[in-house]
Amino acid sequence: MADFLLELRSEEIPARMQAKARNDLARLFADCTGEAGLGKGAVDTFSTPRRLVLIARDVAAATEASREEIKGPRTSAPPQALDGFLRKTGLAREQLEEREGVYFAVIERAGRPAADILADTIRRIVADFPWPKSMRWGEGSLRWVRPLHGIVALLDEEIVSVEIDGITSGATTVGHRFHHPGPITIGGASDYIEKLRACHVIVDQEERERLIREGAEAAAAAAGLTLLPDEGLVVENAGLTEWPIPLVGSFDPEFLDVPREVIVLTMRTNQKYFACTNEAGLLAPAFVCVANVAADDGGEAIAHGNARVLAARLADARFFWEQDLKVPLEEQAKKLGGIVFHEKLGTIADKVERVAKLARWLAESGVVRAEPEQAERAARLAKADLVTGMVGEFPELQGVIGGYIAAAQGEPASVADAIRDHYKPEGQGDEVPAAPVTVAVALADKLDSLVGFFQFGEKPTGSKDPFALRRAALGILSLIIDNGLRVSMRDLITAAAHQGGDNAGREIAGFLIERLKVQQREAGVRHDMIDAVVAVETGGDNVRMVRRVQALQEFIETGEGADLLTAYKRAANILKKESWTGPQVMSSRAEQGIPQTGEEDPLVLVEEPGLKEAIAEMASGQAGAELPQEMALIGALDAAERKAAAAVEAEDFTGAMAALALLRGPIDDFFDHVTVNDPDASKRERRLNLLMRFRDAVNDVADFSRIEG
Amino acid sequence: MSLSFQDLILTLHRYWGAQGCVLLQPYDMEMGAGTFHPATVLRALGPDAWRAAYVQPCRRPTDGRYGENPNRLGHYYQYQVVLKPSAYNLQELYLGSLREIGIDPLKHDIRFVEDDWESPTLGAWGLGWEVWCDGMEVTQFTYFQQVGGFECRPVTGELTYGLERLAMYIQGVENVFDLRFNDAGVSYGDVFLENEREGSEYNFEVANTDRLFQAFREAVSECELCIERKLPIPAYEQAIKASHMFNTLQARGVISVAERQAYIGRVRDLAKAACGAWLDRPSPVGEGGSRAAAEG
Repeated sequence: MADFLLELRSEEIPARMQAKARNDLARLFADCTGEAGLGKGAVDTFSTPRRLVLIARDVAAATEASREEIKGPRTSAPPQALDGFLRKTGLAREQLEEREGVYFAVIERAGRPAADILADTIRRIVADFPWPKSMRWGEGSLRWVRPLHGIVALLDEEIVSVEIDGITSGATTVGHRFHHPGPITIGGASDYIEKLRACHVIVDQEERERLIREGAEAAAAAAGLTLLPDEGLVVENAGLTEWPIPLVGSFDPEFLDVPREVIVLTMRTNQKYFACTNEAGLLAPAFVCVANVAADDGGEAIAHGNARVLAARLADARFFWEQDLKVPLEEQAKKLGGIVFHEKLGTIADKVERVAKLARWLAESGVVRAEPEQAERAARLAKADLVTGMVGEFPELQGVIGGYIAAAQGEPASVADAIRDHYKPEGQGDEVPAAPVTVAVALADKLDSLVGFFQFGEKPTGSKDPFALRRAALGILSLIIDNGLRVSMRDLITAAAHQGGDNAGREIAGFLIERLKVQQREAGVRHDMIDAVVAVETGGDNVRMVRRVQALQEFIETGEGADLLTAYKRAANILKKESWTGPQVMSSRAEQGIPQTGEEDPLVLVEEPGLKEAIAEMASGQAGAELPQEMALIGALDAAERKAAAAVEAEDFTGAMAALALLRGPIDDFFDHVTVNDPDASKRERRLNLLMRFRDAVNDVADFSRIEG
Repeated sequence: MSLSFQDLILTLHRYWGAQGCVLLQPYDMEMGAGTFHPATVLRALGPDAWRAAYVQPCRRPTDGRYGENPNRLGHYYQYQVVLKPSAYNLQELYLGSLREIGIDPLKHDIRFVEDDWESPTLGAWGLGWEVWCDGMEVTQFTYFQQVGGFECRPVTGELTYGLERLAMYIQGVENVFDLRFNDAGVSYGDVFLENEREGSEYNFEVANTDRLFQAFREAVSECELCIERKLPIPAYEQAIKASHMFNTLQARGVISVAERQAYIGRVRDLAKAACGAWLDRPSPVGEGGSRAAAEG
């Protein structure tokens, strides 16, 4: 047993690629050695900006020798059979053994030494490595993430010899780029990590992460501040350093006039600095950067240099901010006419115009309890920050910047907040706005996009959703459901319709239902429950729909509900088998006034009121009912239908389900004691009608035929 | 005393001259980046070895700030180095140049931070880094993979130093106009402040957009004419001209977002055609620079 060390040393590997690279290295190593049958113990992988490292413990010295015996043709078989066997085994006639008139091929494979297999493994790792982006350099044709400079491959102390595109494996690497640029000879996996540590390289990324996390916190604390934790920055800085040294720097407190989000984003995105807060929880004019060198002055010059760079960036940000504050948002909004939103949907100014009208309509029609003036005003200003310098620099701050500017320019808080938050919710799990003005603008903005893109044929297909319409639809649903907005989708779609576009109302409604299923599935709601309710909820009121679905699912999950579903399916099956479509007097032929003969349709073309009542009675399954179970079911239906209808009317869907539950006992009794297919045609007809009435009564509450199980 | 702006250039010239680079003078055309120089774009194509270093004035009309911003300029200088094939020790050579201009990597924090380079107008891309010195980007370091849509074989290594930033860092100056241009009392502002004021006013307020559009169309026509006549270098120069007209029109804000892509695509087509013609020319500088060799 031996330990194997592999170091692939290159020019700086992008920080964001290192975690995946470690996993890929482990996987490729396991695949290659696994296929070769080489035994090994635990495998660890590490990365620094300049190295990818693998250490495998307890590697077997060689693969085991194997002996395989293949039975061939009889010695008496025709020569073609023997030739075929020789071809298959790759042996000559003399090498075969003969036992009891049968040929045998005995193939013995010697064990392969580990070094051979590992050399192949290294070649394959380098050739097959799935870097997200790779490159060539110099005159070579090898591809790696950045130029590859060295391979250390040691099995215990022995070099695993391999040569790839002019790079020969060995035992030599280099230390830290500046602290120890000269060669270091590695003894093996056992001393690799410590030897490099002595040369200012911490190989284990987790150790570097810990040093950064704790060091940055301590550095901030020493300055009397609290670090704003940011695990993403910890990992990124660990991917940029071999010898991380956190350092505190400061900036001019005057810059704190700039919105906090801008300062934090400038520091994080552009400089990879941590932000700090003071005792009051306010942003402090300080930062923590992570250097990759232990300078003799304790990092003073480095911290100072970083502070200068940050000051320049913040000065730039403040310049934009001050310029932006000077221009009223209303003025900025005028420039939106020069920016195309989409070639078929016009400019952003066109969009703003539509959204403003729609937001106003939402408020005026009472869908959202917002002040119509405010809803319209917020919508008119909501996109104005897109032309500000600040959003030009930091597109991810759209909305946030507009909110700040609106507040500074004296807009009411409700309008400023609506501008800030109108892009929300931006995905599953994002906060759903609740402030009425915000809800009006957020809903109008998303509706306008969804409806417009559908009307002009830009629908999402498969994995392609370039205009994020799925997200817009989810946002619409969340805004409606979470805020209990009572409105039909049809009215919303009509109100949001673009002039000159196709009539896509049905398609959009269907898309929203699909999205509703996706959204509700996250909340544990079954899609078939939604289908069952959609079939009866034709108003398109999502709030009603979701309540009804919830009540239905709760009911079906009770024993009573499950039994009723079973009875329903049984009734539906019988009706289907008999192709029963209702009382014969109502048949199409009767309606068309085609003269009938005989007994089958005695009531055709009746005009008399008394007779009509009789027909209705017949349709209810009541006429001539004789068995107590029939009577009981009729009685239960009378009560249940009335109660369910009243409950649905009052949106008491739990009550509607409870009304259906009244049918459970009677229908079970009916099936237990009544023969539907009675030889007497009139009894049969009456009972089928009764079953149909039962089915329809249930269907009025929810279409049970769409429920699975 | 730290290096003056002009001594910084002279020092880099001496250093890269000693590495076998041809020291060129700036190209006599308006361009947005030193990369556009034919000594980079065209020479990156084909099999022939090439080493060059030069200063290139860059014009970025949208970055102009009327001389009021201490860090932004509409006209500034890049120091450009190209080595083809990219040297095995290119990073070491580069770090050597930093030491030469007074940046000690044991006192300062030098980092190679991922930054992939792409030029949609040149149909070019490469992988590399922006080099940070104490958090400031001082150089763009790129291994070219494609130029004009053609594979680069061998690969050219490109270093682009931002001269003003580097000089500000070395001199410890907070405002670019305060840089010592030489050691005889002339500042960067003495030389360029008025240029920035007038340049910004011209680019943002005065430039006649009709004439700029006209100039763009003319450059396109001239380029096509040169392609037809198999004159890749003049063709490429017209592509540079079209690119600059486009940049100026952008600064005037008269190109909409939707149109922008179409203009970029137009310039890219010109650049690609010029690059293709360059590769197709019969054995130009020395031996065998055919497209087949470049692609094979």
